[in-house]
Parts: sequence; structure tokens; C-alpha cells
Amino acid sequence: MKRLFSTAILAIASFPTIALAQEEAITTEAYSGPAWSPYLVGALIGILSMFTFYFSKHPLGASTAYARIAGFIGQGVAPKHTNQLKYFADNKPKIGWELMLVVGVVVGGFLAAFSGGEFTGRVVPELWQQRFGEGTASTLLRIVAAFSGGVLMAFGARLAGGCTSGHGISGTMQLSVGSWITAGCMFIGGIATAMLMFAF
Amino acid sequence: MSQILDKPDAADEEVRENVDRAAKNEQSQTRVPSDSAKQLLLGLLFGVVFGFLLQKAGVAKYHILMGQLLLTDFTVLKVMMSAVIVGMLGVHFMHAANLVELHIKPTRYLANCLGGLLFGVGFALSAYCPGTGAAAIGQGNIDAIAMVAGMIAGSYLFAEASGYLSRVVEPIGERGKLTLADVVTLPRPLVILGAISIIGIVLAIVETLPVR
Repeated sequence: MKRLFSTAILAIASFPTIALAQEEAITTEAYSGPAWSPYLVGALIGILSMFTFYFSKHPLGASTAYARIAGFIGQGVAPKHTNQLKYFADNKPKIGWELMLVVGVVVGGFLAAFSGGEFTGRVVPELWQQRFGEGTASTLLRIVAAFSGGVLMAFGARLAGGCTSGHGISGTMQLSVGSWITAGCMFIGGIATAMLMFAF
Repeated sequence: MSQILDKPDAADEEVRENVDRAAKNEQSQTRVPSDSAKQLLLGLLFGVVFGFLLQKAGVAKYHILMGQLLLTDFTVLKVMMSAVIVGMLGVHFMHAANLVELHIKPTRYLANCLGGLLFGVGFALSAYCPGTGAAAIGQGNIDAIAMVAGMIAGSYLFAEASGYLSRVVEPIGERGKLTLADVVTLPRPLVILGAISIIGIVLAIVETLPVR
């Protein structure tokens, strides 16, 4: 009886700590922060924009590169069909500045992670595992989510005319109305979906 | 009365001019056969710097990107907003000095809204956006490869629908190269100053929040 009592006390006492632990588990701040100040990096990206405008007559933008690759693959598999599609007729697939930029981003990301000891080599991010589990099902779910996220982002970016860098940074800095609208809608859609994914 | 009637006509004319200019610009861009070796090398170099900076800012990390969308980590906003402030000043100064041309994308209200919302849903599912996803691959996040495969598939899917979308969706609310300065009809430097002040206030408020 005494034992049962103490167990009950222990259970009641530990209940808030369990609840708290779960609460803490979903805090994104529990994981590593940025290596450099976001303000410093932001300012440097702003300066980089000035360089790309001056030397390449191009604003920074990443999404077009993926459309170029899609065009190349399409031309390889079904050349006739691909070339008659309006988008590829207007934007001929080519190895251009945009594609080289994204290849460079992969290299730059590696150099920064390697130099900072932050190379991950992870299939599934820690936060995802904490939210959706560590098994094969969770891994599969992550791959499906990342892939479908990519499909939606590419479709949305092409429809809107750019992505988080093309509209969100390069377009808004040029005071383009469409870019401000697109950037706002990106965050509205993103925040709503993310809240649903992490709500109970 | 006639003045009132004239006004919308003048506005229409302006829109049409803007649209024409945008179309001409698109044509001249497609007429460029291919980029020179120097430009390809510059693209690669700028990409390396961009990717390096993105990773150092932490925005190639899943939890930092998701943290932004869950509003528990404002690193992404801080990076974007400070890039916009510096870039806005720099690019417009260079433009005023005739050193660079602006590259403004056409405003299409419906396409911008729909595309932005679709992008947002995908952004939350993947967490990596097109630029940060490439940096995430470099950082060793293997799931970002799935996002890249999705981006390629999605681009082709868009191309399949591009004929229809350009006829049905893109003309709705088409305004050409519309800028905030055209909307508020104030001198550009004043609009830049205003935009930078607003962004500065937003960042100052974010700094007071008890989050990263």
C-alpha cells in the first residue's frame, strides 16, 4: 500500500516533467544555430547581389536551374514533345549562368560545412526524427515529403516567376510589386503548412 | 468629367507599355544563344560564394528553416531582410550611376499569389528551398537530393501546363514591370528609404522576441 502510494506520488510528480520534456523536444532552438551572424551573412549576400548585377547582368536566383535540367532530360527522353511545350520553347534548355550558380551553391555549401565541422551525412534530419520517429516508415515519409515539396516548389516558382531568392531577395530589393506579393504568399503557405505538420 | 474618364485610359496605356517592355525583355533574353565561358565561370564562382554564405548562416539546416515556418527561429528572415536592405541600396545606387540595369520580373497578381502559395506548401514539406536545398546537399543532407529530384519533376510538370497557364492564369492581373514606386507614386529614393525603414522596424521587433 505504501509502495503503491509512493508510486502514485512519483507518477504525479513526474507528470509535469514528462509534459515539459515533450514540449522541449519540439523546440527548434535545441539544435545548432547559425555559424555566422545572420545579419553579417545577409549583408554579404546583398553585396554579392551587387556583384552579380554588375558583372553578370543577372539577379541571384536558383529555381531556373532546375527547369534547365528538366529540359535537358525531357529532350533526351522525348525531344519532340519537350520542344513543343511553351515553357521550353520560350526558355531553351542550356547550360547557362543559372545552372552554374546552383552547381556552385552545392560546392560552397560543402566548403562552408566542411570548414566549420558541420558536415552532416544524414539521410533524415534530427528534428524530423523527433517529430515523426526513427524507423524506416519515417525515413520513407521524409523522402516522399522532400520530393513532393520539390514538385510543388518548382511548379509554384515557375508560375510565380521565381523562388525565395529570385523573388524573395532579388525581386523585393528592386521594389517589384509581384515579388513582394509572391514572397508574402510563400510565407503564408509555408507557415500554415508547417504549423499543421507539427500540430497535434 | 472627361478628366475622370481619361485617367483610367492613361493607366491602361501605362500598363500596356509595361507589359510590352516585359515581353520585349523576355524576348531579348531568349535570343541570347548561350553564355560565354567567362560568364559560366562567374556563375560558378558567385554560386560558391552564395552557397558558402547560406551554409554559414545556418539556412541549409532543416531545423532552422522549419523553425522559421514554425515561427520559433527567425534566422531566415534576418538573412533575407538584411540582404534586401544592402542590395536595395547598392543596386539602386549603381543603377542611378548607370552602372547596372534593373531586372524586374513582371507582376501578375493571380500567378504571383497562386505560385507563391503552392511554393509555400512545398517549402514546408521539403524545408529546403531551391537555393538552400543545393547548399544542404553540399552540407551532407541526403534528403535534399529527393527535393532536387522533385524540383526537376515539378519543372517539367509546369512546362506541360505552361501553354494553358499562360493563356488562362498569367493574364489575370498582369501589370508588367510594376514597382512599389509606381504604386505609391513617390520618387524612388523616398520609396527605398521608406521600405528600408519598415524592414528595419520589423527586424527590431523580431529582436525583442524570445526566440532565435
